[in-house]
Amino acid sequence: MTYIAKPKFHHPGLKKNELGYTHRDYEGKISTLCAGCGHDSITASIIEACYELSIEPHRVAKISGIGCSSKTPDYFLGNSHGFNTVHGRMPSVLTGANLANRDLIYLGVSGDGDSASIGFGQFAHSIRRGVNMTYIVENNGVYGLTKGQFSATADRGSKSKKGVTNTDNAIDLVAIALQLGATFVARSFSGDKTQLVPLIAAAIGHKGASFIDVISPCIAFNNHAGSTKSFDYVREHNDAVNRLDVLVGRDPIAVDYAPGTVQMVEQHDGSRIALRKIDADYDPHDRLGAQTFLARHAAKGQIVTGLLYVDPDAEDLHAHLDTVETPLNTLEADTLCPGSAALDKFNASLR
Amino acid sequence: MPDKKPISSVNDFVVRFANVNGSGSASANEMFARAILRHGVPVSPRNIFPSNIQGLPTWYEVRVTEAGHLGARGGVDMMVAMNPQTWDKDVAGIEPGGYLFYDSTKPMPSTKFRDDITVIGVPLTAITNSTYTDPRQRQLFKNIIYLGALSALLDMDPKLIEQLIGEQYKGKEKLLSSNVHALHLGRDWALQNLKCPLGLRIKKSDKVGDRIFIEGNSAAALGAVYGGATVCAWYPITPSSSVAEAFTAHCKKYRHDAETGKAKYAIVQGEDELASIGIVIGASWNGARAFTATSGPGVSLMTEFIGLSYFAEIPAVIMNIQRAGPSTGMPTRTQQCDIIACAYASHGDTKHVLLFPEDPAEAFEFAAAAFDLAERLQTTIFLMLDLDIGMNHRLCRPLKWDDSKQYDRGKVMTAEMLDEGRDFGRYLDVDGDGIPYRTYPGTHPTKGSYFTRGTSRDRYARYSEEGSVYADNMQRLVRKFETAQDLVPRPLQANAERPTKYGVIYFGSTSPAMDEAIGLLETRGHQLDRLRIRAFPFHSSVASFLAEHDFVYVVEQNRDAQLRQLIVNENGIDPVRLVPIVHYDGTPITARFIAKAIGDHQDHLKVTPLRKAVS
Repeated sequence: MTYIAKPKFHHPGLKKNELGYTHRDYEGKISTLCAGCGHDSITASIIEACYELSIEPHRVAKISGIGCSSKTPDYFLGNSHGFNTVHGRMPSVLTGANLANRDLIYLGVSGDGDSASIGFGQFAHSIRRGVNMTYIVENNGVYGLTKGQFSATADRGSKSKKGVTNTDNAIDLVAIALQLGATFVARSFSGDKTQLVPLIAAAIGHKGASFIDVISPCIAFNNHAGSTKSFDYVREHNDAVNRLDVLVGRDPIAVDYAPGTVQMVEQHDGSRIALRKIDADYDPHDRLGAQTFLARHAAKGQIVTGLLYVDPDAEDLHAHLDTVETPLNTLEADTLCPGSAALDKFNASLR
Repeated sequence: MPDKKPISSVNDFVVRFANVNGSGSASANEMFARAILRHGVPVSPRNIFPSNIQGLPTWYEVRVTEAGHLGARGGVDMMVAMNPQTWDKDVAGIEPGGYLFYDSTKPMPSTKFRDDITVIGVPLTAITNSTYTDPRQRQLFKNIIYLGALSALLDMDPKLIEQLIGEQYKGKEKLLSSNVHALHLGRDWALQNLKCPLGLRIKKSDKVGDRIFIEGNSAAALGAVYGGATVCAWYPITPSSSVAEAFTAHCKKYRHDAETGKAKYAIVQGEDELASIGIVIGASWNGARAFTATSGPGVSLMTEFIGLSYFAEIPAVIMNIQRAGPSTGMPTRTQQCDIIACAYASHGDTKHVLLFPEDPAEAFEFAAAAFDLAERLQTTIFLMLDLDIGMNHRLCRPLKWDDSKQYDRGKVMTAEMLDEGRDFGRYLDVDGDGIPYRTYPGTHPTKGSYFTRGTSRDRYARYSEEGSVYADNMQRLVRKFETAQDLVPRPLQANAERPTKYGVIYFGSTSPAMDEAIGLLETRGHQLDRLRIRAFPFHSSVASFLAEHDFVYVVEQNRDAQLRQLIVNENGIDPVRLVPIVHYDGTPITARFIAKAIGDHQDHLKVTPLRKAVS
């Protein structure tokens, strides 16, 4: 399998966004994943979200680790730079890239093996540093590329395709992200584009560490009876706390929800999130409440989806480090080098 | 009177302080070294410390050397024995005819002394306790009191020490005057009660010149500031932590925007070395100059990323402050033991550029140059320091910078170049030097983007598992490494006065000991041409040097003669002609060691010393 070219032509009548780009401008190469893979649906949602936000495609940096999920950045935003790094190490590479140029949008794409097993540490530390990024885990509970071993997000008691029962406890990345101080935490399902697209759009607009856990069934190795990450299982156990829309610029999407059930959240970049509450008591600004809610539902075997927590006034790593507004990668010797006069003084102080 | 005639020497002796770590002795000892410098007499101090914070033995050795020999000498002429724990060993280590300085407050049995040394007792604790009541003050001022006593014994000018105290406690009048008071307490007691001065004396000279006194780690960190590093990610590990700490301090001084006060740099203490190198690679991929500082175990952890840097061609600068390995080894002892680990770090066929500075001045220069090299060559550059250079103050020439210098950002294709229709292939060699163009992320709306990956790909960065495509890329990487040979600092050659068939190769912190050893060998009648290697890949002059000599000694501070292995491997030469001279007990190599090892080998070869042959 070598590089597969994707035809560039498109229907002249294709709808254009505010910047004049069509959907096609946000696409990448043809996916080489299995037909029906949940990851391809997430790819489609990322494309949709970027199109709707009218992002300039080349102003996104796509960074991933290793695994099926980490291959997907090649399949969207073909005019963006992508970096398929090292297994489990996407978060550190993304952190460095973000430090170098604060003006780009950073999209981290990872999987459950990549983030919950080998890269659990990097996942945790990038979240606690508050790196301004959208961190998406395409979570199928299984190692797809190496043919079906359990990952650390596989639920205890779930069965592999070969009939082996998992006896280890599962890591819930959403619960961990909440505990570590992520300022935007959501869960969704690859099969629920209506929920996922606005979540991704809102996460991109969020200035801080955004984390989205997307349950994405592996049709080759984890879509059988006994799996808790199969299409059927997730559809049956999905419990959405809210539905949302992201309103950007001058062309807001009409909100037709009944008054009283819609909560508006304004983000730092000026975008607004319209949250349609399904669970009337759910407060997405309450970190402790979200943790409790999550734990209570997990005990009942329910997979809670939606926007679980958001801090609209979040600060990012650049704010913590108090770095200049100009991207560091544009600074040259005239601003970075103290020069020979300063060096002479330095020398004098060492005699 | 001792059995042996007391050593008599002006401006050429070794004083060793034996202390308990955490007792505050370090600053007093360093002041002793600086005070001698102020007399115009070169010194070479070394900290010998445990991997511990408080309570274990620590030593500080000051070699006073009018001749300017900055390597460790070996042997102790005067021991300042302040640690009962190591007393026996400390006393045993004094050269016959040497001096023992100790706290005589508590009487010691005569069996605790030696007959062939001069014993100097000063009741330090008694003096301290009668003057101070606060326990912390007692401990700290005791150090200054022994400094005062030593100043009298060694005939030092107290004004020069007072001047140093004045500089250190500028603006803190109370501390300043109490330190000066303590200094004179010790000095006056010695003058009144002891025969001053001893046979060991400091005499004012003019051999220091404009040289500066600095630790290699601080100089390397400043090199990173001058070299334009904006991102530093690190994980604490001895003996490299002070690089990142010094970088932080230098940046606070030099890198804040005058108007906004904002930082023109970002420093992240990573959760481990994996994250540190990951951050460096991410930042470099995105066009910033980034580095990490670490030591052997950290390099081991980073090797997967180093392979990515090599294969995906991403600049990175790694400062490796080497310590004795393997495993945790001896974290506070020096070695040059990561040569092979760094030269070939990572799986698959990889090779990396190594720079070997000899002292802080070169650490500064090479650190700054490392960023140009990393961006020019789009790969990892190792700056190979070691604990001996990194964590000790070393006298070296002043740091220099040419203000007309611009950074070499390497082959970067800009939006303008893309618009002009330039063909962009991320892994396309357009001019034969093996180095392709790269684009920074976000450069152009429709041109120049590519997917960076550690997997095989073609010249246009398109995924490929075709054997020919893979081999083509690997061959280009070899070409790139050949290009590097002419970009890295060249070896420096110094020939013996008379033509000789024998040569010696050395590098890094071995330099001062080697320079001194040459003199010792000459007095034994052995002539050797010298080649100081300053970088890997080796310049062609290394091969020429090997060809010009029958036998070449390779002097290094590790067990397995790693540089020699690298030379044999890379130059395909007969290993028999390269004689390993290795020193690896964790102490810095000495001129005495080198001269003996090479001299004995020369004798073994039954070489008739030239001196005898001509006489």
